Amino acid sequence: MTATTEASTGSASPASVAQYALQLGDDALILSHRLSEWCAHSPELEEDVALANLALDLLGQARTLLTYAGSLEGAGRSEDDLAFLRTEREFRNALLVEQPNGDFAVTIARQLYFATYQSELYAALCDSTDPELAALAAKAVKEVAYHRDHAVQWTLRLGDGTAESHRRMQAGLEQLWPYTAELFFLDPVATELVQQGIAVDPRTLRPAWEASVAGVIEAATLTVPADGWQPRGGRAGKHGEGFGLLLGEMQALHRQYPGASW
Amino acid sequence: MTAQARTQDAAAAVAEPELSAQSELQGRFDDLIGADERIEPRDWMPEAYRKTLVRQIAQHAHSEIIGMQPEGNWITRAPSLRRKAILLAKVQDEAGHGLYLYAAAETLGVDRADLLDALHTGRQKYSSIFNYPTLTWADIGAIGWLVDGAAIINQIPLQRCSYGPYARAMVRICKEESFHQRQGFELLHDLAHGTPEQHAMAQDALDRWWWPSLMMFGPPDAESAHSAQSMAWRIKRHSNDELRQRFVDISVPQAEALGLRIPDPDLRWNEERGHHDFGVIDWTEFQEVLAGNGPCNRQRVASRVQAHEDGEWVREAALAYAAKHSDKGVAAA
Repeated sequence: MTATTEASTGSASPASVAQYALQLGDDALILSHRLSEWCAHSPELEEDVALANLALDLLGQARTLLTYAGSLEGAGRSEDDLAFLRTEREFRNALLVEQPNGDFAVTIARQLYFATYQSELYAALCDSTDPELAALAAKAVKEVAYHRDHAVQWTLRLGDGTAESHRRMQAGLEQLWPYTAELFFLDPVATELVQQGIAVDPRTLRPAWEASVAGVIEAATLTVPADGWQPRGGRAGKHGEGFGLLLGEMQALHRQYPGASW
Repeated sequence: MTAQARTQDAAAAVAEPELSAQSELQGRFDDLIGADERIEPRDWMPEAYRKTLVRQIAQHAHSEIIGMQPEGNWITRAPSLRRKAILLAKVQDEAGHGLYLYAAAETLGVDRADLLDALHTGRQKYSSIFNYPTLTWADIGAIGWLVDGAAIINQIPLQRCSYGPYARAMVRICKEESFHQRQGFELLHDLAHGTPEQHAMAQDALDRWWWPSLMMFGPPDAESAHSAQSMAWRIKRHSNDELRQRFVDISVPQAEALGLRIPDPDLRWNEERGHHDFGVIDWTEFQEVLAGNGPCNRQRVASRVQAHEDGEWVREAALAYAAKHSDKGVAAA
C-alpha cells in the first residue's frame, strides 16, 4: 500500500507468504467442510442455520486465502486448483480442524478452541505488514467473533445443562485438547515471516487463548483438560488417516472431469 | 360492532359463542375474505380454515427442511468453491424458510415440536419431489431451475393468500427462491455448454426431474381434494392445472436457451390455445410416491428422525440451562 509497507514485505519471499496463506486457508477450508457435514443433521433447525453460516464464513476466508496463495506462487493455480488438486501431503491445515464432528459436544469443543484461536490470530494479523493479509484479517475478525460467541453460548449450555450434556461436553473438551498445542507451535514457514511483520507469532497468542478458553470452561462448570500428548504434523502435511477420506469426498467430482469448468 | 369482533381474542371465541354471535363472527370473516383483506391471528376464523392452513403451512415447512437432504448431499462434493458457497447459502436459506414457516404455523395455535412429530410419524407430508434422489451434480442445477421454479409459480399467488402471516412469510421466501432458481439455471447452463460429458449430465438430470416437477402442482383439478374450498377461502388463487400450464409455458423457452431437450414427445405449441400442449402425466407414479413408495421416502424420514433423536440431549440441555439461569425458573423451582 504505502512505500514503507512495500519495502518491509518486499524482502520476504513470496513463496513463504504463499505457504503461510495456505496454512490459514486450509484451516478455514477443512473446518468449513466438517461443519457443512452437519447440514440437515443438527440438533435443531436454528443450528442448521448457524452451522451453515459458520461454514460459509470459513469458506469465504479460505477462498480469499487460497486465491492469494495462488497469485503469490506465480504458477497460475486458482483457488480450485489448490482446493481440489492437491494431495493429502500438500495440505497445511492443523490437525484440530480435520477431526471428525463426533457428537454435538465434540463439534462445539472444536469450535470453542478454534474460533478463540482465530479471534486472537486475526486480531493480531490486522497489523500485518502484508496489506492483503491485513485486509482479510480485518474482515474475518468480525466473523470469528460471532463464531466464538456461538461456541461459548453452547459450551455454557452443555456444560451447565443436564448431567448427560455436562459429561459429553467434558469428554469433547478432553478429546480435542491435545490437538490445540499445534496451533501455537512456530513452524519454519512462520518463523521468517514473523521477523518481517507479515505473520503472527502463534506462541504469543497462547496466553490470551488459554485465559479465554479456561474462563469459558470454568463458567460452564467444566474442568480445563490437563496437558499431555501433543500431536503435530498438519503444518508439514502429515495428517490423520481420516483426512484422505475427507479429501476423497471433497475432490472426487472435480477430479473426475479434468479440465472441466463449473 | 364489527371492529369489536375483529379484535376479539381468538381464545374467547373458542368458548362456544351463542348461535347469533357465531353467525356474526362467520359473517365478519366472510366479509373480510370477500373484500380480499387479510385474516390475522387475533381474528376469529372457522376451525376448518385454521386446520387447512396448519396442514398447508406445516407441509410447506416440512418440505423446506426435508429438501435440505437431497441438496445437502452435494455440499461436500461441490466441484468448485464458488458453487460450494452458493449451495451452502441456498441450503441455509431453506433452513431459514423452515423457521419462518413454522413460526407462521405457530400463530395458528400449534407448536413446532408437535408439527415435527407429525412429520416424523408420517401424519403430515412434505413435497413428494424430495423423495427423488440427487444422483449427480447436475441434479443440483435441476432442483434450482425446475423445483424452485415450480415452487415459485405455486408461491407467488400465496403472497396474496388470505392469511396474513403466511402471505408475509411468502414475500420474503419468494425473493430468495427466485434467486435460487436463477442460480440453478446458471449452473445447468454452464454444464450444458461445457464438455460433452457435462452436457450429458445436464440432459440426464432434466430427463429425471421434468415429470416429477410437473407433479409438484398436485393432482388434476377434477381430482384435487382441497382445491375448491381453498380457492373459496382465497388461500389458493389458481387451479393446479392452470399453474402447471404456466410452468410448462415458462420452462420450454428456458430449456431451449439451455440447449436441453424436455423429455416429452407430445410437447408442442398450440396456436389456438396460446399454450403448449404436453403429454400425459403418470399419476400412478405420483400416487405411489405419495403413498410412501418413492425412491427415498423411507430414507428421508429416517434421516430426519435420526437427527432429531441424536439432538434430543442437546435440546434438553438448552432447556435445563435456561431454567437454571432465568429468574422465573428459579422462582418456579
